[in-house]
Amino acid sequence: MTVAISPPSKKQSDGLQPTGWLRYFSFSLDHKVIGLQYLVCGFIFYLIGGVLGGAIRIELASPIADFMARDVYNQVLTLHGTVMIFLWIVPVVNGAFGNYLIPFYVGARDMAFPRLNAVAFWMIPPAGLLLISSYFITGAAQSGWTAYPPLSITTPAAGQIIWILSVLLLGGSSIFGGINFIATILKLRQPGLKLMQLPMYCWAMLGTSILVVLSTPVLAGTLVLLSFDIVAHTGFFNPSLGGNAVVYQHLFWFYSHPAVYIMVLPAFGLVSEILPVHCRKPLFGYTSMVYSIMTIVILGLVVWAHHMFTSGTPPWMRLFFTIATSFIAVPTGIKFFNWLATLWGGRISLNSAVLFSCGFIINFVLGGITGVALAQVPFDIHVHDTYFVVAHFHYIVYGGSVFVIFASIYHWYPKFTGRMLNESLGRFHFLITFIGFNLCFAPQHWLGLNGMPRRVAEYDPQFTLINQISSVGALLMAISTLPFLWNVVQSALSGPIAGDNPWRALTPEWLTSSPPPVENWSGKAPLVTEPYGYGVPGEQLNLEKTSNSDSDLGSKSQ
Amino acid sequence: MTSLPTIDHDSEQQADLADEHAELEEEHADHRMFGLATFLVADGMTFAGFFVAYLTFRAVNPLLPDAVYELELPLPTLNTVLLLVSSATFHRAGQALKRNQSGQCQRWLFITAGLGLAFLASQMVEYFTLPFGLTDNLYASTFYAVTGFHGLHVTLGTIMILIVWWQARSPGGRVTSENHFPLEAAELYWHFVDGIWVILFIIFYLL
Repeated sequence: MTVAISPPSKKQSDGLQPTGWLRYFSFSLDHKVIGLQYLVCGFIFYLIGGVLGGAIRIELASPIADFMARDVYNQVLTLHGTVMIFLWIVPVVNGAFGNYLIPFYVGARDMAFPRLNAVAFWMIPPAGLLLISSYFITGAAQSGWTAYPPLSITTPAAGQIIWILSVLLLGGSSIFGGINFIATILKLRQPGLKLMQLPMYCWAMLGTSILVVLSTPVLAGTLVLLSFDIVAHTGFFNPSLGGNAVVYQHLFWFYSHPAVYIMVLPAFGLVSEILPVHCRKPLFGYTSMVYSIMTIVILGLVVWAHHMFTSGTPPWMRLFFTIATSFIAVPTGIKFFNWLATLWGGRISLNSAVLFSCGFIINFVLGGITGVALAQVPFDIHVHDTYFVVAHFHYIVYGGSVFVIFASIYHWYPKFTGRMLNESLGRFHFLITFIGFNLCFAPQHWLGLNGMPRRVAEYDPQFTLINQISSVGALLMAISTLPFLWNVVQSALSGPIAGDNPWRALTPEWLTSSPPPVENWSGKAPLVTEPYGYGVPGEQLNLEKTSNSDSDLGSKSQ
Repeated sequence: MTSLPTIDHDSEQQADLADEHAELEEEHADHRMFGLATFLVADGMTFAGFFVAYLTFRAVNPLLPDAVYELELPLPTLNTVLLLVSSATFHRAGQALKRNQSGQCQRWLFITAGLGLAFLASQMVEYFTLPFGLTDNLYASTFYAVTGFHGLHVTLGTIMILIVWWQARSPGGRVTSENHFPLEAAELYWHFVDGIWVILFIIFYLL
């Protein structure tokens, strides 16, 4: 592998930037470094959130609150939700893979605003530390990740205020990231690259970033008002002072329903990148995928009140939000069938990346079905705030997003490090994750249907056996992390050398060395107008191009 | 290359223009105004959330009979005029800079900052003369929170104008007819803050 000398740039002449592994601890402006910073930082928080989730399952293995005090249980479940959403899934599916891949996909050498990008990342570790430390210093927030008033006003104030500050920081980081992605995708495309030629992940990130920019500020404003209620004793959301708690719910869900799409749309995009490569087939229905993403973005902004069917919502509102929510199943279904059609008749390599992607498809369709069920008012009223809802959203955010994060790590690890992961360990990881996940969360549907409420440390003894089965599943999920961690560390040190393009992929990030040079391509950026041209007459030609060293490629593409 | 003057981010033409720039030079064109406009969309959504919350409170949460919530019109009307005029003077400053008349530009910037400060002073007077406080009732709380959040924006904007003015004033400063991004950014932000005030004025004082 020959790497030509990169053209001189501001970045390299800037002697203050450390090189080697130290740059991962620095205020680096390189989008690839920032992407990996997001990924590793997010994974550390995933481990913390996992320990918290494990603590919840240990507590729930018996019907009485014997493992921890009830107020500690409240803190643990609040931290678990907040960490997993705001510090693991959102930063990783957006920040990590977005930062690493989007500049490659648009043919740019960095994001539109590299400095803003670094600022956005470096807001996350302090916010996370603030949140976690609140548990040890003042006691963490106890009102769940939704922080509904009046509960959030009446629980101890210090933890709640720290929670608000932390979420405001994370929201700010997310908005800065969103602005950067929109500018990069719309403004930094290389000449000749049309929007409809972009890899699907770009569309997913464009849609996600639109949602981030439109909805996150509303949450920020709402939390500021909530902090006024807590600190200054105003009564915005406090009914005893003449306020309106339901307004909080509306404003909160105006962000937090789109937040589901902020977590899952990028995952859709990543799967759309992974499947065609390993099936050697073009992505089925590119145009319909693009329109589905944009439809989900628009519909995603007008379905929030389906979280509030039991909040005294008037009938016309219930009707509207039921219909709008049910409609979301249509574009989502289109995407689902497109992935199946992409797999259909392909030369599928059943490696870890594909296994996790297929696991995603299975889990996500189950979560989607329960989602449509929950959109129906009569059913929702029956299972609202029960374990049915817990099972549903874990199928979406874990079975959906987290499975895709693992698939993506297996797929892009050779690009990140230049080394291959161990496939057997990867398949073993998939097997216990898939079994553990389903064992943990599938029984919770039954628990919810039979009336076990969520967010409570104690429950009726009739639910003991099913809860213990669920806890065994959680134990398996915890164990499943070990082969993965071992694999990632071991392969980074002594895994087989991957070469530039081990998957013979056509998307632009593979048309350079592994790991890529600071400027992404040592020559001119290749113009990739057919990112999914697999199994078509021109494929051999494209692959020849990719197998050349990147320095040749620049001149060839011109 | 330093000037992408408009904020119209949907315009295909502008995207083409940016592409041409990118083709001509390895370093990409300046997209900071686009980024700022996107940020202002986000900022506007914060205000939208507040406005919707206030309108909902008005619709479904009647005040208790003895609650005091009365707003006088004269001062806020003066404030509206101050901000609208300041938008015009800021525009004049930008035009002067483009014509390379640095002295004119500085004068208009100074007047704009003065109008911003006058707005803040007038807002202070209003706060101190109103017959209700922050925690008196729901509408009062919302009024102070939203006008205060807007006042924070005016404060930031005024500081930005003063910085731009300082930069335009000092001989080696960064704001010149060659580099007018700082001025344009502050101007766009200022127009945004004024626009928000007009909506706020209608919702809180006129409705």
